[in-house]
Amino acid sequence: MRQVIIIGSGPAGYTAAIYAARANLSPLLIASSVEAGGELMKTTEVENFPGFPEGIMGPELMLNMQAQAERFGTEIILDDVESVDLTGDVKRVTLGNGDVHEALSVIYATGSAYRKLGISDEERLSGYGVSWCATCDGFFFRQKTIAVVGGGDSAMEEASFLTKFADKVYLIHRSDKLRASKIMQDRAHANPKIEFLFNKTVEHIYGDTQVTGVGLRDTVDGTETTVDLSGLFIAIGNDPRTHLVHGQVDLTADGTIAVQGRTSRTSIPGVFAAGDVLDVTYRQAVTAAASGTVAALDVEHYLASLPAEILETASA
Amino acid sequence: MSQATAVTDATFESEVLGSDKTILVDFWAEWCGPCRAVSPILDQIAAEHSDKITVVKLDVDANPETAMKYQITSIPAMKVYRGGEVVKTVIGAKPKGALEAELADFLA
Repeated sequence: MRQVIIIGSGPAGYTAAIYAARANLSPLLIASSVEAGGELMKTTEVENFPGFPEGIMGPELMLNMQAQAERFGTEIILDDVESVDLTGDVKRVTLGNGDVHEALSVIYATGSAYRKLGISDEERLSGYGVSWCATCDGFFFRQKTIAVVGGGDSAMEEASFLTKFADKVYLIHRSDKLRASKIMQDRAHANPKIEFLFNKTVEHIYGDTQVTGVGLRDTVDGTETTVDLSGLFIAIGNDPRTHLVHGQVDLTADGTIAVQGRTSRTSIPGVFAAGDVLDVTYRQAVTAAASGTVAALDVEHYLASLPAEILETASA
Repeated sequence: MSQATAVTDATFESEVLGSDKTILVDFWAEWCGPCRAVSPILDQIAAEHSDKITVVKLDVDANPETAMKYQITSIPAMKVYRGGEVVKTVIGAKPKGALEAELADFLA
């Protein structure tokens, strides 16, 4: 029986682990089998995490956080959570390998999953020109024409990054207003290889064995056009990853996990949430880390307030 | 570190295409986070099914010719070769169970 199990290994999960471990709670952190480190593992330079004036590579930042969590006694398992049973005083977490771990509390920090366009052929051509990871796949589009779909910071960052390889990068966005921060927009605008295609939605992806083009529709006048390209990078946002707790923990209208006020407390006592899984607004490494801190402190408080009989059952 | 043998543009012909075994080639690169995540899982699968399948790695950065020939546009890409032909392609880092399911025909 554990005091706390942390599910997730992004900035929220690792920061919660650092705090919980320093509070002598010997946390167990389930990091996932192939996504350990979370979204930042797929990024390059992180320029806005305080304390790194020259910037730091996303994967390096995450390995640092992992090392820091381990240094204070966090146990990390590289497996995926298959299911959770959170309703009782003792929480049960079942892993992909069949192991069941029990704890008095759980911090749920599973982050979010990239959104799909939801059009035909997107799945079929995924890995054959359709990609969600510019840092993984950009390399294969040297001197090619490609496109990024999206209007946020990640779309701008991916487009700028991809110009290192591609001759031409279209930035396709459904409106003419970008959600991205000013500095990222300016950078993209100043890049001669990037051309904005505003007020356009992607209706079709063409290609037999590899992407050869996309069909766009103008959201203002309805005109349909075809653009020849060999890669389509999709960066249209993320959805909170809550499928494991559906039917157990209350969610908000946005699909995030509902928490009480500025705390991390969910609708179930002993279950806390942190990071992007409860935040569709800010979604920064540093806000996720802060949120992980809140969760660890809430866990400490919760454990201290548990009645003696629960603690006895737990230690029995 | 991965236990898989590295193959190159120069050795691909003899070690993969010319092999009489079933060979899984893991197309990867140093800068690909998901590749690093899937590598130990492939090591495990290779160790558990060493009589059925041999796992080798090809660094796409250093070996662009082979990567281009097999139209790699996304990594990690795992291609299974038998008798010089690609008989299965799996793209993207997946948990062990999911990879084993995709590769079931070659592990049984």
